[in-house]
Amino acid sequence: MVKFLIPLVLFIIMAIFLAMGLHLNPSEIPSPLLNKQAPAFTAPKLLAPTETLSPTNLKGKVWLFNVWASWCVSCRAEHSVLNHLAQQPNIMLVGLNYKDNPDDARGWLTALGNPYAVSITDQEGRVGLDWGVYGVPETFVIDKKGVIRHKHTGPVTVQDVEHVLQPLVAQLQAEAE
Amino acid sequence: MKGLIFLVLLWSHAAYAIDAKQFTDQKQQAAYESLTSELRCLVCQNQTIADSNAELAADLRRQVYEMLQQGQTSEEIIAFMTARYGDFVLYKPPFKIKTSVLWLGPLVFLSIGLLMVFWLIRTMAQKKIDAVQEQGQQEKLAKIRRLLNEEEERF
Repeated sequence: MVKFLIPLVLFIIMAIFLAMGLHLNPSEIPSPLLNKQAPAFTAPKLLAPTETLSPTNLKGKVWLFNVWASWCVSCRAEHSVLNHLAQQPNIMLVGLNYKDNPDDARGWLTALGNPYAVSITDQEGRVGLDWGVYGVPETFVIDKKGVIRHKHTGPVTVQDVEHVLQPLVAQLQAEAE
Repeated sequence: MKGLIFLVLLWSHAAYAIDAKQFTDQKQQAAYESLTSELRCLVCQNQTIADSNAELAADLRRQVYEMLQQGQTSEEIIAFMTARYGDFVLYKPPFKIKTSVLWLGPLVFLSIGLLMVFWLIRTMAQKKIDAVQEQGQQEKLAKIRRLLNEEEERF
């Protein structure tokens, strides 16, 4: 009896692991930056290139940092969701225009609408590298103390906004500075 | 002619670097080559940044190059990369509680396999011994019976 049970048990264990593997997303890599201070930068604003922005300017605010580019196909899919998100109260979206041509990027915002309070340019991808960006789009949520509290890889969907981002932002807004 | 083409193909493979960076210092060149073949390109996950054509890989190569030029050590560069991309960026992840299954898993499976082989060999050997002993017993019994029969016949 035991002789027949051993292969059966082994098979079930293997099947469980394979089933788990099927539901994992290999492109989702946990970020070591989570719950750490957001990396510093000083980068020119996309729409006002003579001015710069740095995360210290945003201390005391809860903000979302969205990595986007006009060459990025999934960003186009995400854009309408971001436009909708930007209209919600308490939401501040900051864009990181990653490895893009600034003219193309400005054209994109004119054509599709601008959900960002401000976008900064990162033509060489150096800010992106500091933030551990490996795919576009990516979205970070930063709390009032300037700590990264959440990272979303890939396009943000309406479900993500409703179930993850909005509740998290509301929670972070309630926290002390 | 065929041999020549073959040689050319072999040579082109040897010059594999996608964008070869030149260092004046031999040691830095060696460090650059070993680092770029140890770091994983996170977009195309089964390639090193030395192998990959992806933009991110080019950025990471540039980063490694610049840090080496600034005189940073390989350890510092690895620490810089893992601080941003996690252990996943390394093809050889460090031994931690989180990665212990990764490192010890193969050993565990190997020992399970070896144990099973030993167990199988032992049970098989035991069966053979038993069979031989059984046969020996049978033969002895047969001999005793034969002798007894002979005794009986004599009287």
